[in-house]
Amino acid sequence: MEVLISILAAAVRSGTPILYATLGEILTERAGVLNLGLEGLMLMGALSGFWVAYSTSSVTFALVAAFLVGAAIALIHAFLCVHLGANQVVSGLAITMCGTGASSLLGRGLVGETIKGIGVLPIPVLSKIPIIGPVLFNHDPLVYLSYVLVIGMSWFLYSTKAGLNLRAVGEAPGAVDAVGLDPVKLRYLYTVIGGGLAAIGGAYLSLVYTKMWGEHMTAGRGWIAVALVIFAIWHPARAALGAYLFGGVGALQLRMQAAGTSIPAPLLLMLPYLLTILVLLGISIKKGKGILLGAPSALGVPYQREERT
Amino acid sequence: MKGITKSFYGIRANDEVNFEVRPGEIHTLLGENGAGKSTLMNILCGLYTPERGTIKINGEKCFFKSPKDAINAGIGMLHQHFMLVPVMTVWENVALGDKELPQVLPKNKVIEQIKELSDVYGLSVNPLAPVWQLSVGEQQRVAIVKLLYRRAKVLILDEPTAVLTPQEARHLFRVIKKMAEEGHGIVFISHKLDEVLEISDRITVLRKGRNVGTVAKEEASKEKLAEMMIGKRVAFAIDKPIQNPGKEVLNVKNIKVLGDRGRLKVNGISFSLRQREILGIAGVSGNGQEELAEALTGLRKPISGKVFVDGDDVTTGNPRDFMKRRVSYIPADRKGTGLIANMNLRENIALRKYWKSEYTRFGFFINWERIAGHTGKLVERFSVANPSLSYPVRLLSGGNMQKLMLARELSDNPRVIVAVQPTWGLDIGATHYVREVLVSQKEKGSGILLITDDLEEILALSDRIAVIHGGEIVGIVDNPDKVTEEELGLMMAGTKLEKYPVYDLKEDELE
Amino acid sequence: MPRLIIERRFKTPFILSIVFPLLSIVLALLTSSLLLLALNVSPLGALKGMINGALGSWYGISEVLVKAIPLVICGIAVALAFTMKVWNIGAEGQIYLGALASAAAVRYFPVENTFFMLSVMAVMAILAGAFWGGIAGYLKGRWNVNEIITTLMLNYVAIHLVDYFVYGPWRDPSSLGFPMTAPFPDFARLPTFGGTRVHAWIFLALIIVILYRVVIRWTRWGFEIRAIGENQRAALYAGIPYIKNVVLVMAVSGALSALAGMGEIAGLQGRLQHGFSPGYGYTAIIVAWLARLNPWGTVLVSIFMGIIMVGGETLQVIMRLPLASVQVIQGLILLFVLASEFFRNYKVRILSGDGR
Repeated sequence: MEVLISILAAAVRSGTPILYATLGEILTERAGVLNLGLEGLMLMGALSGFWVAYSTSSVTFALVAAFLVGAAIALIHAFLCVHLGANQVVSGLAITMCGTGASSLLGRGLVGETIKGIGVLPIPVLSKIPIIGPVLFNHDPLVYLSYVLVIGMSWFLYSTKAGLNLRAVGEAPGAVDAVGLDPVKLRYLYTVIGGGLAAIGGAYLSLVYTKMWGEHMTAGRGWIAVALVIFAIWHPARAALGAYLFGGVGALQLRMQAAGTSIPAPLLLMLPYLLTILVLLGISIKKGKGILLGAPSALGVPYQREERT
Repeated sequence: MKGITKSFYGIRANDEVNFEVRPGEIHTLLGENGAGKSTLMNILCGLYTPERGTIKINGEKCFFKSPKDAINAGIGMLHQHFMLVPVMTVWENVALGDKELPQVLPKNKVIEQIKELSDVYGLSVNPLAPVWQLSVGEQQRVAIVKLLYRRAKVLILDEPTAVLTPQEARHLFRVIKKMAEEGHGIVFISHKLDEVLEISDRITVLRKGRNVGTVAKEEASKEKLAEMMIGKRVAFAIDKPIQNPGKEVLNVKNIKVLGDRGRLKVNGISFSLRQREILGIAGVSGNGQEELAEALTGLRKPISGKVFVDGDDVTTGNPRDFMKRRVSYIPADRKGTGLIANMNLRENIALRKYWKSEYTRFGFFINWERIAGHTGKLVERFSVANPSLSYPVRLLSGGNMQKLMLARELSDNPRVIVAVQPTWGLDIGATHYVREVLVSQKEKGSGILLITDDLEEILALSDRIAVIHGGEIVGIVDNPDKVTEEELGLMMAGTKLEKYPVYDLKEDELE
Repeated sequence: MPRLIIERRFKTPFILSIVFPLLSIVLALLTSSLLLLALNVSPLGALKGMINGALGSWYGISEVLVKAIPLVICGIAVALAFTMKVWNIGAEGQIYLGALASAAAVRYFPVENTFFMLSVMAVMAILAGAFWGGIAGYLKGRWNVNEIITTLMLNYVAIHLVDYFVYGPWRDPSSLGFPMTAPFPDFARLPTFGGTRVHAWIFLALIIVILYRVVIRWTRWGFEIRAIGENQRAALYAGIPYIKNVVLVMAVSGALSALAGMGEIAGLQGRLQHGFSPGYGYTAIIVAWLARLNPWGTVLVSIFMGIIMVGGETLQVIMRLPLASVQVIQGLILLFVLASEFFRNYKVRILSGDGR
């Protein structure tokens, strides 16, 4: 029981960075923009967060900085994809390359340094509830913030005017334009916010998870988040489920290594990636049977008003 | 609107056009496809910006940078494709874009307002239904409710009757008149003369992007409008040769087909098609026609039932099995299924042939010289205007694209032709050409299945008419000369008429 | 009020398709200079160092060719998949898996004849790469599973798989703990030329370029995958099977990349080791994209990327800059080329006056 609880708690913790990135990408894709640059955004977020925390020892500044850096990079993506109608896949790949390269280049002096980072802050009453308490409410504030985000985003998408506009622009930008809203503005806004959230996910790794900076420290989590958006069928609550599932696999693998299992480490390290493929396959088979509705209809399609084909 | 000018790719879609509408008036904009009606109205509703020209509302000069400005000026447009978000519910679609709503959506209030508007104008809609589940007619009602909800003063209706049954169209006319009585200015766009005369107060005719003139209803007649629209008198009639059907070429037995979202779209259809016969499938689009056509060309597999071509069971065949049995397909979306827009004429012609041994070398390489020769001959025979055979087809006009497709699909003297909306979006000349080609191909012995929602076309060409509704055949008309548009309309709306029973063609009835 | 009018170009002037890529490269270099300035490194010095390192000596030039070999092969592999609008982001993993398979051949096939050995290695690499690419292709064709993600995930799996062997059962006991196999015997090495590291796969790369041209232009299969890429529905109606072609294209693409992987270990390294590819598979995506799927363009761009990579290695030695700077330059070039794409397809003119 003890072991199970600690694995579940670890699942939440190691799922949280993926969750932030997934939530960000859900916003972006709901607006009809595909951002495959999550890996690069997370790395830049991890680096900028760590750097600010290291030099100012303020984690608040660190998080703000990470968000702004992510948002600024996503702004480039938005400009290319929304304004210039560029290929969104290639733009995302380019952003990942730049982010990966620039973060290792700029972060080279920080390798090996440590920070205090963000510590655990149990919620007074809730954390005493058996099982649920230690699993969900004995974490750092960023985990709690992610709970708020998941619930808030679900409400936002389906019950508010802005949420309605967001859903509509990803489905039918032409319809949004025809009722007098600006699809370009909406797409910019959510691409930028989405990029900021992905960077927060990266910052979680360096500020909370390892409290260090390391090259390529995201290790493909950005790509897993892209896959999770599909698993989540673009819904925040399902994103949480998926992120914790991946966090759980990661936690389990670490625990098995620590317990000295006979399975070699590289084979265990493959697990999350294999799981991603399996999860994606499961979702696609279901979709093929017509049970689920698919992606936002206008995902990846640039919108240009006066275009005549 | 004064002196409106707008061009695409250097071609003037609107050239110094003037247009006005008064409150309480129904002013029709008449012109054939490509005359610039939609362009003009897209300018009025802010989607396009004109190169020159001014728009005045209540005497005040306006400049619309985006639809937002037009909406604020009280202009609402019912687009041909409605501009609704399919996965959202009706009330969400209506609420979309309403600036006055609070951030937290007052769902019940919106629903109430929708119900109110539906009652006043007789536009029944279910506010909670997702739009993609609605029929085309219902979607149109939603789009109109949406305009009224936004308190549009000027309503632009872009070919609203094209997708409706005659009965639905009549109902829509009552709604339009009611809206005009309430003081709305209505711009009605159409190219159908009868309905234009029925509903308009004034009529403005456009031809090739220019004003031809504006006439009051009293001064207008069908002949006069037709002349203004086309410029010279043309005979519309197509000689329908005497029916002399031969052997059965296509037999469909009780097929059921699923649509894209896994819903049953064709629910047990049976019919038989013979040589030298045009069987028209009439119906409002979205009633299973696309799925039926795809099942008859191998693009979609029926979940039950049988399809026979020349007596061979091809139910589970792939597109090439159908092609080998000389089944041709003229799909509704020319650039979607029929042609590859970025490929050139040769390559598009090759699509149907490239795998045949006479067009390959060693079965591996394509013999492009031979294909070019073949293409050259076809292009000449079907008079496809083109600068060169290596010209990408996306740069051809709609009419020439359709001719190219006919050239490809009719080149090996098909047994069966499945033609879906073959004249959609074409100008009168091209329309006439396509119809003539189909009729002459019928005389050469093909059996033609003509699927369209254009009643005029169905009546002009068909030897028999089957009416489809909700994925089922509701009636078969053996003698199209005797049937009225009203009767067809009733059947298109799902009513079975005793006069036109559904029968299975028995084997022994065939010669 | 002056307004911007944006119009689609009927045809892109030829001169622009040369000017824009060059301009993009210049802008990318300028932007990376800013980054170098932030690191207190002189950009001009760095540029000089790069050019000197890559083109300043015959050795440098030969090293550029060495880098260009896998880039051309993988670039064509990626371009082939992209011809039918399928993304193969998995060339990197296919390189690793191909290398793994040919290393297995060296280890387990009891032959000592060079020709025979190399053939077995190539066949093994082809099979492994085809399998790896084919998985993603089948999932895409049969269930429409997003191939970008599957190929990328398979990269991580392949790299970890190689790690498993080089850290575990295949590790050379005399390697002082480094994760690598024992050196291959001479009969398992590709011939090299003129005392440089340029190896026999330079001919393979050229053959692949020519074959790609012929297949796409003149064969039935090439026509089929082009048709699918341009319009999947129309291709389906023309009777071109989708699933079969997706699997085939991905398998061929994977096999080509795998051959490049074999070239790396049999031509260069002489053994299988941890992290032997500096991201050729990812650079290949840029190569294919910049070359606009044109075979000779692929060769040119590969050589250019080779120059940047060799230059980057020089910087690593003389200025102690991490190799990541190469990645930044590559990413930036891609971003600027993407932006220039817009101006290739549209022309922008300014309309003065108030709309009258």
